[in-house]
Amino acid sequence: MNFLNYDEWLAVRLSLRVALLAVAASLPLAVGVGYVLARSRSRFKWLIEVLVNMPLVLPPVVTGYLLLRLFAPRGPVGQLLESWLGISIVLTWWGAALAAAVVSFPLMVRAIRLAFQAVDPRLEMAARGLGAGWFDTFWTVTLPLARSGVLAGCVLAFARSLGEFGATIMVAGNIVGETQTIPLAIFSYSNRPGGQSGVVRLVILSIVLAAFALLASEWLERRHSQRESA
Amino acid sequence: MNRLSFHCRHQFPGGFAIDAQFETAAQVTALFGPSGAGKTSILYMLAGLLRPDHGTIQLGDATWLDTPRAVCIKPQARHVGFVFQDHLLFPHLTVGRNLHYGHRRRRGSPSAIEPQRVIEVLELADLLGRYPRNLSGGEKQRVALARALLSGPELLLLDEPLAALDMALKQRIVSYCQRVLDEWRVPTIYVSHQADEVRQLAEHVITIEDGRVRGCGTPKELLGGSP
Repeated sequence: MNFLNYDEWLAVRLSLRVALLAVAASLPLAVGVGYVLARSRSRFKWLIEVLVNMPLVLPPVVTGYLLLRLFAPRGPVGQLLESWLGISIVLTWWGAALAAAVVSFPLMVRAIRLAFQAVDPRLEMAARGLGAGWFDTFWTVTLPLARSGVLAGCVLAFARSLGEFGATIMVAGNIVGETQTIPLAIFSYSNRPGGQSGVVRLVILSIVLAAFALLASEWLERRHSQRESA
Repeated sequence: MNRLSFHCRHQFPGGFAIDAQFETAAQVTALFGPSGAGKTSILYMLAGLLRPDHGTIQLGDATWLDTPRAVCIKPQARHVGFVFQDHLLFPHLTVGRNLHYGHRRRRGSPSAIEPQRVIEVLELADLLGRYPRNLSGGEKQRVALARALLSGPELLLLDEPLAALDMALKQRIVSYCQRVLDEWRVPTIYVSHQADEVRQLAEHVITIEDGRVRGCGTPKELLGGSP
């Protein structure tokens, strides 16, 4: 690719890989939490809500610091990972994916929750009345009807993951070719003499990717509302 | 039919309470009464979609609910076919796949109802590839009736299936309902606040007011002859 030099191309490829892993790994949990928030009438719902939305309002650097404390080789989770699986995720691209997943999680849950809220609960009752169990109903009625919203949530989370900076630099560092994603590369280039042209190229690319993600999410939303307006 | 016996009490958060007891062995039993009397809630309790505070429900030898003994059979294990007031067809599935939905899950249910015959009797052959949003009100209600039948129900629950239809259509759907009831003889509980529908379809009537049973008997005894 001539538009980008080799290091920039590495950053783009890494960013896409990090964002894809972040979305794929957090999707099952986001669907579960989104469903609980949409349907539960528990008194403790507010607690889940606060926990889920915390990364949205905390400075990403703070989220990153907390993740670092947890996942560092001597941190409580890091120690377990090290002894059980022999892996360390700090200062690797896995760490970047973890940071992106945590920071984009609230956005994903929000979209998925709205999608579930838009599904008429009486359709679930109808399915139960026709002999479908709880999970069968969820899998064949609720989830298909919320599909567009779930996809829109994935697209938003993907876009947010591509842009993640503060938590990523805390957990994964800024290593060219290993953990340097697009935003980190922009930051490095802008502090380097002669880095301006690289900055401009990556900024243009970021704008294009973000616009594309928003358009895709908008299109999914529209298709959803058209399909369901019976 | 197997004798159905129902005795449940339930207090709703808004203050409304249901305290109803009845038995029936008729093929078609109507729950008749004004809107807001609690008829639909009774159907939900029968289907297992609403768990009453106290009560017992039995169909023949099967106990569906016995709160003192902490028995409450799940909705999917009761084998009831529910037709809702506003049809509640699955919007993401074609008519054919809506029908298939219940039929595929009928396992363990004793009655055998052939999909081809249901499609014939309710004249659905031309609608199978369509989505619910492209159906008229009457068509939706016929599909909902077929879907409930194909789930192989031991008890068919019809919740004001004609309420959303105009007069001319009503008469047509009543005749479809009659065909279905004559052909398959599935025990049916029919909820309505329209005396003429009840006279046409039901053998036995239970009148409900304010969440309580006010009377039971034949349509003639309770509602008089045709107006």
